[in-house]
Amino acid sequence: MEHLKEDKKTKLSEFPDAFEQARIEKGYGEIDDQNDPVTMLLRLKDVRKTAHNWKTFISGAEPGRIVVPSEVHIRDIRQIPFEVDPPEHKSYRDLVEPWFKRPLGEEYQKVLKTIIDELIDEVLTMDQFEVVGDFSLKLQSRALTTLLNVPYKESETWIDWGVHVFRSEDTDLDGGKANILFDYLDEKIEEASKNPGDDLYSLLLSAVVDGKKMTKEEVKGVMILTFAGGRDTVINAVTNSIAYFAEHPNSLKRIAQEPEITGRAVEELVRYFAPLTHMGRVVTEDTQVCEHAIKNDSRVSLCWASANRDSAAFENPNEVVLDRKVNPHVSFGFSTHNCLGATHARQILKILLTSLAEKVKDIEIKDAKENIEEWGEFNRKVGFKNITVSFN
Amino acid sequence: MAKITFITKDQESIVVEGTAGSVMELAVQNNVKGIDGDCGGVCSCATCHVQVDPASADKLGEASEIEQDMLELDDDANEYSRLCCQLQVTEALDGVVLNVVK
Repeated sequence: MEHLKEDKKTKLSEFPDAFEQARIEKGYGEIDDQNDPVTMLLRLKDVRKTAHNWKTFISGAEPGRIVVPSEVHIRDIRQIPFEVDPPEHKSYRDLVEPWFKRPLGEEYQKVLKTIIDELIDEVLTMDQFEVVGDFSLKLQSRALTTLLNVPYKESETWIDWGVHVFRSEDTDLDGGKANILFDYLDEKIEEASKNPGDDLYSLLLSAVVDGKKMTKEEVKGVMILTFAGGRDTVINAVTNSIAYFAEHPNSLKRIAQEPEITGRAVEELVRYFAPLTHMGRVVTEDTQVCEHAIKNDSRVSLCWASANRDSAAFENPNEVVLDRKVNPHVSFGFSTHNCLGATHARQILKILLTSLAEKVKDIEIKDAKENIEEWGEFNRKVGFKNITVSFN
Repeated sequence: MAKITFITKDQESIVVEGTAGSVMELAVQNNVKGIDGDCGGVCSCATCHVQVDPASADKLGEASEIEQDMLELDDDANEYSRLCCQLQVTEALDGVVLNVVK
């Protein structure tokens, strides 16, 4: 491991900007995806403007089509409110928004703190551990029980599913994996409809949207979004943060000494890592973005990862500036469809940074395999397939 | 010391006093409804949108380009709109009246 340590000492927590040249020269990139090509938009202003223009760039297309890689072949259930456009979108969003803002409450944060502290204490006793499977997946799953307000024990099932809800090691899109989630949700929705409680399923089942009671299929659509949208993303953010602090021990010390910068540090790490590379939209008319023609019924994607490194908005975009004061990143998306789970994710990361700073003096990386996504000409590091570390 | 008045969407008037930090932080500390400040004040989330009462608009400076870019794509924005995480609490703001947008 000495070899790895010397060679990669300053590299493992680096996330190179895969889009710089294309962003500067053209502003877009073109990729194929299951014969339904996508024009990736790379500049912050274009990404923002396009995200805001829900009439020309819609989310309410065929279910699964705005996701890249497309999920049209593995699901026909619409994710809600994610794949619904205004004005219907607002009714759904207004319904779920107060529930997803619960992480701002003190009690909620206490529960998360207990979950995170217990997990850190557990791995502190181990010689070494694999972060993705033995830390981030567990943290994400256990924290999700708080978001859904379901028994802690449910997290054991979710941990057993492995890292990806839709994807497996061998294939990008795994219909079998998706069915495990769908069957599980059918069962839970049935249970909650027979015995309503104070969980998210029950809230949705009793909800009336625009004068109509929500159907079980709609409830399932919200739950799929909640499970799928917050899994890889939270796991990447947690794992990558640990890799960063392993190679920047002084940053962890700084958070211990200046806890008031924790919020800014979270925003900056989330900007730098951009746990979700991009999200698509379907185009409803012949149009253009950055002087590039885009055809009706084709797809564009809003590349959050590229926009976050746009030097037009960010000074030293490829550096982690832990207390960056102005940080208009788009890691949680932008406008109508911005991330519903962002409040939950931000609290997880804030508490994680605080607890790491309190409890961990030193993190050593023993071994790691990077997770590099391939998008046409772009190879983008989004996280790690596995990374073994020790906490001291 | 600056006295700042927030008027929420349901027309509740909340007067708070502050000496330092951002106006967003002051609002969050005082539980002003409609100011969430999700991103902690780095101009990324636009959950601290206020419109300055025209009578007190001259107490504030200009919004930065980055703040303007955020507001430009907010459907509820007008010429008096600001993201109050970008407003520092100073004596100069004493007496300012801010209408909370959300």
